[in-house]
Order: sequence, then structure tokens, then C-alpha cells
Amino acid sequence: MHSQARRLFKLALSPVLLLLGLLSTGALAEEAQRWQMNLSPGVTEVGAEIYELHMIVIWICVVIGVVVFGAMFYSVFTHRKSKGAKPADFHESTAVEIAWTVVPFIILIVMAFPATKTLLEVYNFEDTELDILVTGYQWKWKYEYIDENGENVAFFSNLRTGKTEIYNEDGKGEHYLREVDEPLVLPVNTKVRFLVTANDVIHSWWVPSLAVKKDAIPGFINETWSKPLKTGVYRGQCAELCGRDHGYMPIVVHVVEQDEYDSWLAGKKVKAAKIKSLMDKQFTLDEQMVAGKTVYNQYCVACHGVNGEGGIGNAIAGSSIATGDIYGHIDMGVNGVPGTAMQAFGAQLNDVDMAAVLTFQRNAFGNNMGDIIQPIDVYNFKQGQ
Amino acid sequence: MVDVSTDGNITKTVGKLSIVVVAMFAFVFVVMVPLYDVLCDALGINGKTNGERYQVVESAIDSNREIRIQFVATNNAGMPWEFRPTDSVMKVNPGAANNTVFYARNPLAKDMVAQAIPSISPSRAAEYFHKTECFCFNQQPLAAGEQADMALQFIIDQDLPRDIHTITLSYTIFDVTAMAAANAPVAMR
Amino acid sequence: MGAHGPATQGLMRWVTTTNHKDIGTMYLWFSFAMFIMGGAFAMIIRAELFQPGLQIVEPEFFNQMTTMHGLVMVFGAIMPSFVGLANWMIPMMIGAPDMALPRMNNLSFWILPPTFLLLASTLFMEGGAPNFGWTFYAPLSTTYAPDTVTFFIFGVHLMGLSSIMGSINIIATVVNLRAPGMTYMKMPMFVWTWLITAFLLIAVMPVLAGLVTMMLMDIHFGTSFFSAAGGGDPVLFQHVFWFFGHPEVYIIILPAFGVVSQIIPTFARKPLFGYDSMVYATASIAFLSFIVWAHHMYTVGMPVAGELFFMYATMLIAVPTGVKVFNWITTMWKGSMTFETPMLFSIGFVFLFTIGGFTGVMLSLAPVDFQYHDSYFVVAHFHYVMVAGAVFSMSAAVYYWLPKWCGKMYNESMGKAHFWISFVGFNLTFFPQHFLGLAGMPRRIPDYALQFTDFNTMSSIGAFIYGSSQILFLFNVVRTIVAGKPTSEEKTWEGAEGLEWTVPTPAPYHTFSTPPEVK
Repeated sequence: MHSQARRLFKLALSPVLLLLGLLSTGALAEEAQRWQMNLSPGVTEVGAEIYELHMIVIWICVVIGVVVFGAMFYSVFTHRKSKGAKPADFHESTAVEIAWTVVPFIILIVMAFPATKTLLEVYNFEDTELDILVTGYQWKWKYEYIDENGENVAFFSNLRTGKTEIYNEDGKGEHYLREVDEPLVLPVNTKVRFLVTANDVIHSWWVPSLAVKKDAIPGFINETWSKPLKTGVYRGQCAELCGRDHGYMPIVVHVVEQDEYDSWLAGKKVKAAKIKSLMDKQFTLDEQMVAGKTVYNQYCVACHGVNGEGGIGNAIAGSSIATGDIYGHIDMGVNGVPGTAMQAFGAQLNDVDMAAVLTFQRNAFGNNMGDIIQPIDVYNFKQGQ
Repeated sequence: MVDVSTDGNITKTVGKLSIVVVAMFAFVFVVMVPLYDVLCDALGINGKTNGERYQVVESAIDSNREIRIQFVATNNAGMPWEFRPTDSVMKVNPGAANNTVFYARNPLAKDMVAQAIPSISPSRAAEYFHKTECFCFNQQPLAAGEQADMALQFIIDQDLPRDIHTITLSYTIFDVTAMAAANAPVAMR
Repeated sequence: MGAHGPATQGLMRWVTTTNHKDIGTMYLWFSFAMFIMGGAFAMIIRAELFQPGLQIVEPEFFNQMTTMHGLVMVFGAIMPSFVGLANWMIPMMIGAPDMALPRMNNLSFWILPPTFLLLASTLFMEGGAPNFGWTFYAPLSTTYAPDTVTFFIFGVHLMGLSSIMGSINIIATVVNLRAPGMTYMKMPMFVWTWLITAFLLIAVMPVLAGLVTMMLMDIHFGTSFFSAAGGGDPVLFQHVFWFFGHPEVYIIILPAFGVVSQIIPTFARKPLFGYDSMVYATASIAFLSFIVWAHHMYTVGMPVAGELFFMYATMLIAVPTGVKVFNWITTMWKGSMTFETPMLFSIGFVFLFTIGGFTGVMLSLAPVDFQYHDSYFVVAHFHYVMVAGAVFSMSAAVYYWLPKWCGKMYNESMGKAHFWISFVGFNLTFFPQHFLGLAGMPRRIPDYALQFTDFNTMSSIGAFIYGSSQILFLFNVVRTIVAGKPTSEEKTWEGAEGLEWTVPTPAPYHTFSTPPEVK
């Protein structure tokens, strides 16, 4: 009986040991691997602390589990009626109740110490060196580098995976659903402070390798921080249900050497300055009419006619769109009407030309709205989409 | 089957429990909602500053300490205004009065009303951030195409915890044109 | 002894019945139908997640499926099933002739079918069914909700009314109708756990009602409870929701604890170990459940003092829960056990619920929760405690008491097969989800990055296995009722104790018209 029980015990133990072995090796890479079973320590000190705490709790639970389930399964195999066991009649013991109240309590207190220490570390914002505003939108992220001199750099980060991959028409790329057009770029070994908010509903910014997850609440600002210690590419996802494409707004962070970061940021600032100079420019109605007419004759005349009379396309003269809400008019120019000949000209016309041609349409052909659309209006419209 | 005295007891039990039910429903509106606001106000939790104008109390300026104030602006969904701080970062001394301006422009062809909602990070700094003048105290109307420089005047309290060196003040503007029209007795232009 | 049957026949009998056995039966059948419906939604979810890419549904519909699966399972399947059990068993266990308020009992049940019909019909309405998760956070569920949100709110009110009335009934029954000699500390554990659960329900269902009323006001009456624009706060929603939500999960599990506390002593042929402790532990869990709610909100931006408080309070709740597990195992220890189906499900419960408890302790640690929160690790945790916990316990209860209810014995081999297939299917479905969460897969997504494929495929296969075994269960139950081997043993199980085992089998329509003597 006894040796049989021992053999059974060893048999039961081996898959447990195998599992634990897998658990401790599965997660060394920063990028999540196939068959990954465990958390990764990531590339930060806090992340490593979190990982350690996680492993300590697992081990404590395993030990308790082995003892408790060991007792239970031993009982199941030994204290059976079919083996002739006669039931005992003990049914209470104050000593035992106290023991198994106090011992777990002590184990929990022991766990609480490192947990408290790590939490306090997560809330320690001393000596942050860089501030980034992260805004969650339905369904993309916006990143804004806050600059001391107001030369902020801001851009949207959209999912780059195409619909053909999602709908199984094309094969899926290596970073399916975790690739973006404009990643967040950070310098290595820098304590970065993230200010997290949202544009519409609640989102959550989660990058496991950076040990960061913070909810993005519309109207409120949250802060969190991370200090990545290794260069590399780290990927994450939105972690709060936010509507239709909650699963399609990933996060990609490139952590690079300081000089690479500096030159990247400088390049972004140059681009931003250029746009800003145009954006800051407020054109007069006459300037827009002249510029707009040129653009109209290049892009619009084929469908909408030399005098705005229409043809393949609707008439611009007296059009409810060209004499209606400015927002709706910009929308038409930028986004077009999918499925028709009216293309999304936002991709083809820069904001300066778009503003000019829309202003022209609103004032030419007898429309005489008196509105002037500026490049910043088109830019803002696109940003808000 | 069930005798009269038990019947009476059942009624008493049901009566008491029904009171508990109604009380817990009322608890939500009468206790939870106000308590949440009170706690947020008192403790500055989640960075809500109260919408009240700070009554200036004369105090010395602590010129040995410099606090970095960052200004951040966010448009809520469907809010097409241009809205940005003119100063991205200011360095201030606790106790000193400071001024800055947020620029806003309504690019649409219709009159609109905005409400700016402030939020402060770290949230525990909120109770030390005193606004003596803020465009967030009131709804901000802008006519079609109109622009405005909106003022913010503030003082950082001397008792700001020593471990805070940077405070971020974020404003989110919301389109409250409909809300304002519903409440306003005078029709908007 | 009261041997006559129901007054009316046919459909009207069921519509107008005030008999606790009839009402219990209706609750149980209703909840099983909801279990199948919620299960169908789960099958759609797992079918879409079988492979990366979108094959079966669009993301909008997927969000409706995850939402409806949660709502139907929590409010339509689990809660009503345990209410049904309470109806059947509490009067018999305390020697009472019926519930204290039999007509209100009827109303409590009959609110439910139309309510869930309404909720299910939102799937066919314009804009689609609720799609904001069963936790329906604002502003996704207010400003950005489909029009059906108003029906959702109405449904929550109705279903809450049903729960509240049911709980008042249970408390009034237990407090006032115990047979002479049955003091509180002589009541069966199932009655104790339901008494405490009923108090929890009375305390928190009105809070849920208040919450959805605030939602209604924000959506239709221009208030701004949850919108920053008007001075409100989306985080207020979360605090109020989880103030309800955390006691809610104990509402779900405490009656399940009670069932297991009845079954294990029976099949170990030994009294429950530490009865008094079990009562105090259950009461402690209930009290503590009110002060831990924000452990569902560790990433929302709470100040560190708040995070620490909720972390310590949550860790504390592990203590009385552990006490219960130890007591069950000590009940088994040195017993004389047999392993009929109810015992298999009960042992399965102790094993798997405890695993869920371990992941619960892991989740309670705030800094580590920053990695777990809103990932599949959480999904794995709550399915371990709710399915391998509550659902296994309910299955155990049905096998245990079915002979008493209908006077027929179920097929034991089929019952054991149901258990083993469920056990394998369940673990295959949900154990890999721990790995998915740790590897970084968020919840509530219809599609995922390629490295998550293997465990998702495994999980989907497990789900189909688990689902099919419930059909086996249905078949066994129906076959038993219709053509099972008749049994008239009062004490179906050799080791069973309790007043329900002193009445004839099947239980007569009216039992304990005269109260029994309890020594």
C-alpha cells in the first residue's frame, strides 16, 4: 500500500515539475514568444521586481497546493469505503482552526512586505527626465513629447496591419496586429514620465516589457513612469474595452541610444516647425481664392465643371455641402465618399492646398459664404478623426 | 399552517428589509456621489481641482524652491477647436502669483460653447495648486471663427510636499453647446 | 402529511403556483436554458478566437457576444440556479411548509423570463445588443452606447427587483419559519450560506439599481454623473459598480460553498469538520467583501494609500476562504468515502476553486496586477472560481438532490462521464488562458497577434468539449425524470443527514405542513 502511494505521488509530481520548469524558462525574450507561459521581467528594474514578486507568490502557492492537495488526494486514495475504511467521528478542533487561520495570515504578511516595497517604487516619480503625453483615441494612440520651450512634437500611432491580413485574404506578417505607422521612440536608460489621458472613452496603455499599464480616462490625467535599460522594440496593446477596434490599437515603442533619439527628435521638430509655420499663417480671402482656383482647376474641374456646374460629380454652385457646415465640407474633401468617384483627397492634397480649394469652393460660383478655411483647420480636422 | 404570530413576525422582517433596500438605493445618490466629490476635493485624489476661485492669502515667496509646471491641452472627441497652451513649461516659486494664457479658436461656421476641465498630476498636488483666475471656472463661448486668449492665474502653495518637483496641469475641452443651450434662458447668438 | 398535488393543472399551474418546489423547478429549468444561451455566445467567442484573423464575426458583434455572455451567465444562469436550489431546499431543510411569502416568490420568478427575452431580443435591434462588457463602464456605456442600452438598464432593474424580492423571502423564511428546536447553530450550512448571501443581495442590488439609474439620467436627462464635461467622473462609475460587483461575486460563490458543505460530509460519512468555524468564516467573507472593491481598479490612477489599503484588505479575504477549504478536506480525512457523481463534482470543486483562489491571491498584489489586469490571466481566474466553482457545485447539487425531487435515480455512469469530460474540457479551456495573460494578451479582443495562437486554439477545443458534456448532462437529467429507475428510499445516500432526507422520495407536494421536532 505504502510503496504504491509513493509511486503514485512521484508520478503525480513529475508533470508539476515539468510545468514549473517550463514556467521559469518560457519568458526570457522581450517579444512574446509562441507557447510563452510566463510573465517576462522585461527591460526595467521595476519589471524585474514585479517578476520576482510574481514568482515568489507562485512558489508559495505551489508549496501550499502540494501540501493541501497532497493531503486531499492522499485521503481520497486511502480513506475509501472500498478499502474498508471506517469513518472517524471527530468534527471540530479549536486548536486546528486557530492554526490554519494564523499560519496563512502570517504567510500573507510576509508577502505584503515586498509587494508594498514594489508598489511604492512604482509610485516614486523622483528624477524623471522626459515627459510624454499619451492620449487614447478610438482607435489609436497619440504621443506628444512635451518640450521645455514649447516645441512639442505630436503624432498619431495607428495600426499598420491591413484589412486583407485581418480578413485572411493575405498571409499574416510577423508582427500581425502589433505594428504601427509611427512608433514611440524613447532614449535608453532614461526615466520617462507618461501622462495618460483619453479623447473619448476609457482606454488603457499597456506595454508589458516596460512594466507599464495605466488607464486613460477622458477629462483626467494619470501619470506613470518607466526606465527601459535595454534598446529594442517593445510592443503592447490597449487594455480596456473601448469599442469596436479595441483589439486593433497596439503600442510599439522603440528604445534607442541617446544620440539616435536626439537626431530622431530633431528631425521630428523640423517637420513640426514646418507645419507650424504654415499652420500659423492665416491667409486672406483673396490669397485663398487665387491659390484655391489653381488647385480646383488641377484636381476638381474634371468632375465638378469649370463653373462649378457639376458633371460626373455634383454641382459645387449652390451645393449644400459647400454652403453648409465647414466641418462637413472639410470631411468631404479629406475623406471623400467611399465607393464613389469622390476620392479621399486628404491623402493627395496637403493641408495648405486643401484649405485653399475648399475656401475657393465656398466663395466661388455664387456661393459667397465669406468663410476662410485655414490650413490649421484642415490639420485639426484630420487630427480629430 | 403558519400561525398568526409568525405571520406578524414575517411582516416585521419584510418591513425592516424593505427599509434596508430603499436605504441602499438612496445611499448611492445621497452618500456615494457626494462623498466621492468631497473626498476628491479634500484629498485631491484623481487630480480634480475644485472649480473655486482661490481667495488670495498673503504669503511669502519661497525663492529657494523652483517647481516646474507643465501645461497640456486635450480636445475631447468631436471638439474641433484649436486649443493650446502658449507656455508649455513654466518655472515658478511657491507663493508667487503666475500668469499664463491658453489660446483657443473656433474654426467652424457655428457658434459654440466649450467647457475646459482641469486635471492635475501628481494628483496629490491638486490641493496645493490654487487658481485665482481660470477660464475653466466658466463655460467659454466662441462665435464662429472667433479666437480668444484665455487667462489662467495661479499660485503654488508653500506647503507643497517637498518631493514634488514637477506638476502637470492638463485641460480637456468639451463641446457643451447643447448643454449650455438647454440651460441658458437667453438664446445663444 | 399533505399528500395532495397542485390545485390547477396544465400551463396555468406553473403560472400561478405558489409552491416552493414548483418555483424551484422553474428557476432551475430557466437557469439551465440561460446556461445554454450563454454557452452558445461563448461558443461563438471561442470559435472566432480559434485562429488569428476574423473568420466568423465582426468586432462589433464580438463585443456584443462577450457582453451578453457575461450578463446572461451571471444574472441569468448562475444566480437564478442557486435561487432555485434555495427555493427547493431551504423550506425542507428547516422543516418549514413553504417560503414565508409564496406569492411574492411566484412574482420573483416570473419577472425573469420576460426580462431575459427582452435582453436577448436586443441582439436583433438596430445598433445591436449591449456591447460594452458585462461591467458596462461609462462613458462607453453612456455617451457611446447603442440605443439598446436603455433596454439593458430596464432589464437590470427588473432582474434586480427579482433578486431583492427573492432575498427578502429567504431571510423572512429562515428567520421566522425554522422548526422548533432548530436554532441558528443547528441549521445546515446550505441554509447559513444562503442567509448570509441574501443579506449581501439586499445590501448591493439596490446599489446596482442606483448605478444604472445614474446611467439612465446621464443618457436621457442631461446629467453628468460620469462625464467630466459636466463636472462628473468616469471613475465614480467604477467605484459604485465594484462596490456592488465585489459582493456580487461572493453572492455567486457562497451558496456554492453551502452545497459542497452538505455533500462532502454525506459521501465521507463523517460530520462537517468545524461547523462553527464555517459559519464564522462565511460571515467574515461577507463583511470583508464590502471593503475590497477597488482591487478591480488598481490601474485607474488611485493614490498609493488607496492601493495599499485595498491590497491588504483583499489579501485578508484569503484567510477565511482558506479556512473553509481546510475544513472540507478535514471532513474528508479519515472518512469512509465513496465517489458517486455529486462527490466527484464536490472534490473537483475543492481542487479547482482553490486553484482559482491562488490566482486570486496573485491578483491581489497591486504592483503585479499592473501586468495581469485586463489580460486573459483575469479571465482564467474568474472562470476557475465561477465555472469550476459555482457551476460544478450546481451540477453536484442537481445529482445529489434529483432523486429526492423526482423519485428516480440518475444514470451513475453517465454522471461520472459528465464529470470527467467537464473536468478535462474545463481545464483545457481555461488553464492555457493563464499563460495567454502572462504572455501579454488583453481581454475582450476578437483577434490576436500570432504568438498567442497555440493556447487560443487549445482553449477553443476545450470549450467545445466542455460544452458538449453539458448536453450529456441535459440528456441524463431528462432521461432520469422521464424514465429513470424509480427510487423510494427516504435517505437516497447512506451518509446523508438533514430534514430533507426524512421526507418521502419523491418529496410530496407539501412537506412539513406540521413542523417536525428537531433535537
